[in-house]
Amino acid sequence: MMNNPTGRLTQGQFSFLPDLTDTEISLQIEYGLGRGYAWSIEFTDDPHPRNTYWEMFGMPMFDLKDAAGVMMELQNCRKAFPQHFVRLMAFDSTRGVESIVMSLIVNRPEVEPGFVLARQEGSARRVRYTLRREER
Amino acid sequence: MATGTKRSGESAITDVRHRYRAGVLKYRQMGYWDGDYAPKDTDVICLFRITPQDGVDPIEAAAAVAGESSTATWTVVWTDRLSACDSYRAKAFKIEPVPNSASQYFAWVAYDIILFEEGSIANMTASLIGNVFSFKPLKAVRLEDIRIPVAYVKTFKGPPTGLIVERERLDKFGRPLLGATTKPKLGLSGRNYGRVIYEGLKGGLDFMKDDENINSQPFMHWRDRFLYVMEAVNKASAATGEVKGSYLNVTAATVEDMYERAEFARELGSIVIMVDLVVGWSTIQSMSNWARRNDMILHMHRAGHGTYTRQKNHGVSFRVIAKWLRLAGVDHLHAGTAVGKLEGDPATVQGYYNVCRDSFTRRDLSRGLFFDQDWCDLRKVMPVASGGIHAGQMHQLLDLFGDDVVLQFGGGTIGHPAGIQAGAVANRVALEAMVKARNEGRDIKVEGPEILRKAAQFCGPLKQALDTWGEVTFDYTSTDTSDYTVSVAVSN
Repeated sequence: MMNNPTGRLTQGQFSFLPDLTDTEISLQIEYGLGRGYAWSIEFTDDPHPRNTYWEMFGMPMFDLKDAAGVMMELQNCRKAFPQHFVRLMAFDSTRGVESIVMSLIVNRPEVEPGFVLARQEGSARRVRYTLRREER
Repeated sequence: MATGTKRSGESAITDVRHRYRAGVLKYRQMGYWDGDYAPKDTDVICLFRITPQDGVDPIEAAAAVAGESSTATWTVVWTDRLSACDSYRAKAFKIEPVPNSASQYFAWVAYDIILFEEGSIANMTASLIGNVFSFKPLKAVRLEDIRIPVAYVKTFKGPPTGLIVERERLDKFGRPLLGATTKPKLGLSGRNYGRVIYEGLKGGLDFMKDDENINSQPFMHWRDRFLYVMEAVNKASAATGEVKGSYLNVTAATVEDMYERAEFARELGSIVIMVDLVVGWSTIQSMSNWARRNDMILHMHRAGHGTYTRQKNHGVSFRVIAKWLRLAGVDHLHAGTAVGKLEGDPATVQGYYNVCRDSFTRRDLSRGLFFDQDWCDLRKVMPVASGGIHAGQMHQLLDLFGDDVVLQFGGGTIGHPAGIQAGAVANRVALEAMVKARNEGRDIKVEGPEILRKAAQFCGPLKQALDTWGEVTFDYTSTDTSDYTVSVAVSN
């Protein structure tokens, strides 16, 4: 169990808001498409903050200019991985950016395991910290 | 302004025997004024605002600025003739009266690139803002803007991380970052201090921050602070599943002390350190190199800048300081809020943000930007808006500054009636609600207050924040504003 005020993993752009409806997600996708971004879907069962590379649900949709198409892929991903975290990511290939510019969680497991902070105590009050997934 | 007139005694003396006869000449006679000069692509160009003493001719004053910031002394010296001295002379090449200001003039001065050491802000500033600012024939002088040629830009490494890579490391995209400065700024013990960090980060902030004058005082030594802060940072990361940071201020009496503190911060796993502007240019560049070697985000607090940036008639504009800091290499830079408690006219502040974030900064007089500036792919600085801002201004802040900014609500987090964590929640919810609404195509400038009220319906802490601070504004006239309305054209 995540013990922050939301009780959930708070990665992504909108984790402090009530879950976005599919209509609201479509609007965000359209905003990105309007700015020339390419959308991509990724999923994981290990949302450790240093787990950079979630699994890709197919390639980034560089040539998809229609929110409905992205939503269809999202539904497919949700169907295949209903108990995983799924995120939508938008890429901007503009020179000088060339990175992710939007990222929102669009599917969560029913129970979100939290993280345990393991401390390895050293000399002079030093502590080496490790984040581990809580056992379900 | 008649810039091309050449009355006798007022133009450069070309007869060398006359020119180098011992004695005193006017600066323009010595060759520091050339109304026909066409600046080279490789020249550094400075725009000074000068207020000549009564009776001092403005062209002579401009020539004096060029002279005193390059090769001149008060009298003719024969040793000039041992060098290609004409190329070392800065050249004032244009002056214009400042609009609506009788006694002030803008003076454009060009400097050959040979005058400057590669990659050294200390050297550039020693010339451009050295002796000249104390020069008696001027009542006041201000360096308004600077064009740094691409060739010189490429000798600087710039930000060690840059805002794009910072976001990748933090795994945070598509919204401004959120921070808060730990308050009270002085007096907390290390243990109490860490409590504030933990509550703020767990509540939803991305960063907490040491204040500029938190170094290593009797109430809290730096090692104690670092240890407690990192406990708080790691605990908050576990509670949220997010990467969190707290700017550990390593400012100290000596550079050696600063290295020691930075090394300790790195050993403890901090992702970010902080330095104050008052440490000086060489130290900033050293710490930037250190941050580059150690994958550390470098936060710059512009402590002290108001002593020379705020008054319009004398000093250095912050847009120049921001340009130098981007070259020197910082990742975060406090660049103003426009709506908060500290000095800053909105358009002028946006100009500073452009300097931090642009790939190519366009000349824009309404924002105080006098030159095009090619940044040559130099990494971008993340501007920081900090000082007297609160959740009720979220729509204004997002509209003014966009996504690439750290919004820091210190009092606006820690002063929340229900506590620090609630303050953080209020700010994060307000931010996310506003970004979402903007992306949905809503006009947040107009609908902002309504969007916040709606979000407050599902978020009690936001409602409390709006009830407490919703009406607070700092509506004072700015001292540092653009001299131009958009419609006024100034030739380049």
